Amino acid sequence: MAPKRIVLRFGSDISVKPIVYRLVKDFDLVVNIVRADVNPQKEGTMVLEVTGDQSEKGLAYLRELGVSVQDLKQGIVRNEEKCVMCGACTGLCPTGALYIERPSMEVHFDEDQCIVCMLCTKICPMRAMEVHL
Amino acid sequence: MSIEKTYAEINAKIKTGKAVVVTAEELIALVEEKGLTEATREVDVVTTGTFAPMCSSGAFLSFGHTKPRMKMQKVWLNGVAAYAGIAAVDAYLGAAELPEDDPLNNNFPGEFRYGGGHVIQDLVARKPVKLKAIAYGTNCYPRKSVETMITLDEINEAILFNPRNAYQNYNCAVNLTDRTVYTYMGMLKPQLGNANYSTSGELSPLLKDPHFKTIGVGTKIFLGGGVGYVAWNGTQHFPAMTNVDGKELGGAGGTLAVIGDLKQMSPKWLVGTSFLGYGATLSVGIGIPIPLLNEEITRYAAMKDEDLFAPIVDYGEAYPSFTPGNLGYVSYAELKSGKITVQGKEIQTSPLSSMPRAREVAATLKEWIQKGDFLLTEPVKSLPSPADGIVAHSIKEV
Ligand code: SF4
Ligand code: SF4
Repeated sequence: MAPKRIVLRFGSDISVKPIVYRLVKDFDLVVNIVRADVNPQKEGTMVLEVTGDQSEKGLAYLRELGVSVQDLKQGIVRNEEKCVMCGACTGLCPTGALYIERPSMEVHFDEDQCIVCMLCTKICPMRAMEVHL
Repeated sequence: MSIEKTYAEINAKIKTGKAVVVTAEELIALVEEKGLTEATREVDVVTTGTFAPMCSSGAFLSFGHTKPRMKMQKVWLNGVAAYAGIAAVDAYLGAAELPEDDPLNNNFPGEFRYGGGHVIQDLVARKPVKLKAIAYGTNCYPRKSVETMITLDEINEAILFNPRNAYQNYNCAVNLTDRTVYTYMGMLKPQLGNANYSTSGELSPLLKDPHFKTIGVGTKIFLGGGVGYVAWNGTQHFPAMTNVDGKELGGAGGTLAVIGDLKQMSPKWLVGTSFLGYGATLSVGIGIPIPLLNEEITRYAAMKDEDLFAPIVDYGEAYPSFTPGNLGYVSYAELKSGKITVQGKEIQTSPLSSMPRAREVAATLKEWIQKGDFLLTEPVKSLPSPADGIVAHSIKEV
């Protein structure tokens, strides 16, 4: 069975370890943590690959806890025609998926680092970052 | 003997394709290699460039008459109001104007996806734009309303006239408060979470001629992808030089009012822009040629990012409350490195002004001049310089 890629977002009141433990123990899932970040406000983001028959149930359990669960099938795409390479997005992208190459000061987008937080879709002054379903 | 060149001599060389033209970045390298005197002797023109949001921008549009005639009293273009308090079918569309039904900041932070700047970009992109106008009707102008589609090519005149562009220098914005703020300098995270700045530094036109020795009324420039002119000094033109620790620093400084025929400009260089929680505006590409008439002009034109400084300003509290002062100065070299230290904290910087685009402007202008298509104009009037000591006023409430 192909693993399911999801992004979890949770507030400072939720801690990571018990969540992952539950998914493995109670729902018999194989969980691979692709990346995990906690921002200075202690809000967390985690990208997981989940495999197992009960994955939907496991995700429902997470939602009950107040964790936002989003499918990573949604992708963020940069509209190259609209992007003017200003760099305004680079200081806010939480994972550095949008970054400046020096000394050219060109802005690059590394899709593999993107956790689909969608911040850039609103921050980009040219609205060059688009959500593709 | 000191070198002195004239506009006429340089233009004569441009016409025969013999002028030596370099971008401001190339000049820096040349001066480092050969020194000021030799660089001044070799180079005739230096090109600068910037591409950034410039809110004080807009266009005068003259639509042509309707049948029967109409004295348009209120005008909307794609739902965005244009100022029609001028002659019958003329209007001024401002870059920061928003559609009347825009939710603004009611659902904070507002998105401001479309505004006057976007209408201007749509017009130059040759997209049909919806014109709606109403009037009260007069004997000579009886018609009371019209609703139709227009295109840039069908209307009579479209004149880009930006009252304040090309800021000489600008603040580096940070936020000292505990909440995220949404400003015209972008989103600023709490407690020095990030820093935003907005000039192209060593490529920025007015940073390369801080005493307005060559840039004046009538200077021919690259504007929005076409040709434009400096019309006057811009609004809030307060050129000044401060001496901080023995270094000559420009504050926000001078600005330019610029003008040009919108019909020959391009949607690549006039881009509708939206700032979350703040509003809509227009990003404008501007490039200005600086003739190297003497060594002093070369010395300024060759200033490097290391020698150019931006004041760091708190946009959480100090800026909105109009509290003077700043948190120190930081060089463009540091800003462009991606990290600066403010109050002992290392923070990430992001530009709002595109360096790759600024470079493209300077390179394009260089090409125009090299091809002999673009001659330099000597200013018909100088602009106020730091020596004039203009003092800014604020509104006195009584
Ligand atoms: S903010 Fe938008 S336009 Fe600017 S570099 Fe990022 S994606 Fe490109
Ligand atoms: S959605 Fe945008 S801001 Fe968020 S991680 Fe992806 S690129 Fe960065």
